[in-house]
Amino acid sequence: MEQFLGWTENPILLVLLSLGQILLVTVVLLLAIAFLLYFDRKVLAGTMLRKGPNVVGPFGLFQSFADFGKFVLKEMIIPAGANKTVFMIAPILATTLSLICWAVVPIAPGWVVSDLNVGVLYLLAMSSLGVYGVIMAGWASNSKYPFLGGLRSAAQMVSYEVSIGFVLVTVILLSGSMNLTTIVESQTGGFWNWYAFKLPTIIVMFPMMVIFFISALAETNRPPFDLPEAESELVAGYQVEYSGTPFLLIYLGEQIAITLMCAMTSVLFLGGWHSPVGDLGLFDENTLAGLLGTGTFESLIGAFWFALKVTFVFFMFAFVRALVPRYRYDQLMRLGWKIFLPTSLVAVLLISGYVVYTSAAAA
Amino acid sequence: MNELQPVLLNYLPVIIFLVIGLGLCFAFLLVSTILAPSKPDPEKLSAYECGFEAFDDARLKFDVRFYLVAILFIIFDLEVAFLFPWAVSLGTIGVFGFWSMVVFLGVLTVGFIYEWRSGALEWE
Amino acid sequence: MEVIAFSILSAIVLIAAFCVIAARNPVHSVLFLILAFFTSSGLLVLIGAEFLAMLLIVVYVGAVAVLFLFVVMMLDVDFVELKQGFLNYAPFGGVVALVFFAEIALVASAMGASRPETFDASPNAETNVEAIGQVMYTDYLLLFQISGIVLLIAMIGAIVLTLRHRPGVRRQSVEEQTGRKRADAVELKDVRPGQGI
Repeated sequence: MEQFLGWTENPILLVLLSLGQILLVTVVLLLAIAFLLYFDRKVLAGTMLRKGPNVVGPFGLFQSFADFGKFVLKEMIIPAGANKTVFMIAPILATTLSLICWAVVPIAPGWVVSDLNVGVLYLLAMSSLGVYGVIMAGWASNSKYPFLGGLRSAAQMVSYEVSIGFVLVTVILLSGSMNLTTIVESQTGGFWNWYAFKLPTIIVMFPMMVIFFISALAETNRPPFDLPEAESELVAGYQVEYSGTPFLLIYLGEQIAITLMCAMTSVLFLGGWHSPVGDLGLFDENTLAGLLGTGTFESLIGAFWFALKVTFVFFMFAFVRALVPRYRYDQLMRLGWKIFLPTSLVAVLLISGYVVYTSAAAA
Repeated sequence: MNELQPVLLNYLPVIIFLVIGLGLCFAFLLVSTILAPSKPDPEKLSAYECGFEAFDDARLKFDVRFYLVAILFIIFDLEVAFLFPWAVSLGTIGVFGFWSMVVFLGVLTVGFIYEWRSGALEWE
Repeated sequence: MEVIAFSILSAIVLIAAFCVIAARNPVHSVLFLILAFFTSSGLLVLIGAEFLAMLLIVVYVGAVAVLFLFVVMMLDVDFVELKQGFLNYAPFGGVVALVFFAEIALVASAMGASRPETFDASPNAETNVEAIGQVMYTDYLLLFQISGIVLLIAMIGAIVLTLRHRPGVRRQSVEEQTGRKRADAVELKDVRPGQGI
């Protein structure tokens, strides 16, 4: 949006503008998460031949809002043995950190809160801080299950972050930039130009997307990697002692992080806001776009495609949860360190060789 | 020095976002403290266990392996950190830059193979 | 504006760093340390070195401080007992601190002489990252490779120091599992009625 309105000299106006953008992003994100949660439960119910939530509102659409109300109205219990400061900081940290990651996600052409040059690195940095929420929650509770859950989760998140880092490097190699808007713009055109499907790098990049997706599952403690909160062993892991609003915040932070990972998958591999069939000539002056103003219309369509892709990846997240049994801890560690790490390292070398070769051939 | 650099201007929204995120959390907590009941009793406040009192402090010593994983993570994280500027500027530094990184990664692959062979990646 | 931001950030860094030492609870110390790291990365952003700022968060806050937190939270160290020896070590610590400050003063005075008037975080390039990438792997090849070897040594050192194999641990061997044939596991016996095997 800053691009539309041009350079604004007045700092107060600028602050107000970005304040509006941020509030818009936050509200839309939270609403989207409410419905994605409902969707998640419906998918899970569907695979089990259940109906899922269907009481609150039409088709149970307002279930998440009812849940929210209930969490807020329930008693906050802080265990007597807990370290109270850290116990309360942990959920706040979890939500805030995963929320501010959304500052750099490009939703549509020009629709980004903050177009950082090091956007990818910013995302890596902020999502690597997510581990603090879990460690602090696990330790501060001063109870056995949370402690074990926090410990497991920290080692797990840390292990998969390495392969996420390597996968990010392959995308940066292809786009030559760490700016997320530039990365999306370099995938202009139909789905054959998206990094996941672009020839000839599809041989390496499609598996990289799969690795990224699986690592994202592990990074967000989703099934089949939900060992930190494995309910059959650890009751609910690091969140056992949480109740009421602090629990809501932890849960919300997790969901925001999951949605963020879906958004990252779409931005890095699935072309972000680009439509899968290319331009279609919708943005000419004499069509509908001309009436609404080309820029806004293009952004709206872009936001629609982006939302659709995020929902699709989220559907995959939900589907995996219904289909795949939980990993054992040693298997989880082996997958991260012995399979994903070497594979993504080799992929970095292959892609960089390809980039050097093509740029040398072009010169 | 009254005007901000364009780079800095990009970080202003991040700061505002941080403030709004914190504000949101505190708003939720505030609403909850006003509306939610608060009737603590010893049973409620005791640590969760399977029906009995906790025997001792929950924070116990644990396997040194968790530290090893953390240390190995730091090393690989640094490796990735070295890759980022290289990936961005590979177009300009060309073949020489490529081989320079291959040697660097080769050295670390030696370490990785050592790790694998010594069984440090195996979870017991 | 930048001067105000710099003053606020550096004040926070100093206060946080002081609290690291002053805090009674070691976990709070580490949390203050994280705050100090975080604010220092804000200082780096202020001079336009955004890549270094992000790296500081990724490496120090995201990895190193996690290890610190691990050690402090999980290691069962009696900190009251540790504090009692404080006076015995105070003179030694004081000497180390003095040498440290002298060194810093030396470096700072040397820097002051050759300090350029203006500072540019991204010379010859659009962004800070490109500027680093263009020189690090070619002009500073030797240093780059040495840092690789340092990382290798760190990796080997960590393994040698901490790896202890426990005897009698059952491990999963994927090759064995998937390489199993029907003939290895099942044997068909022709059992006659009334005779058994």
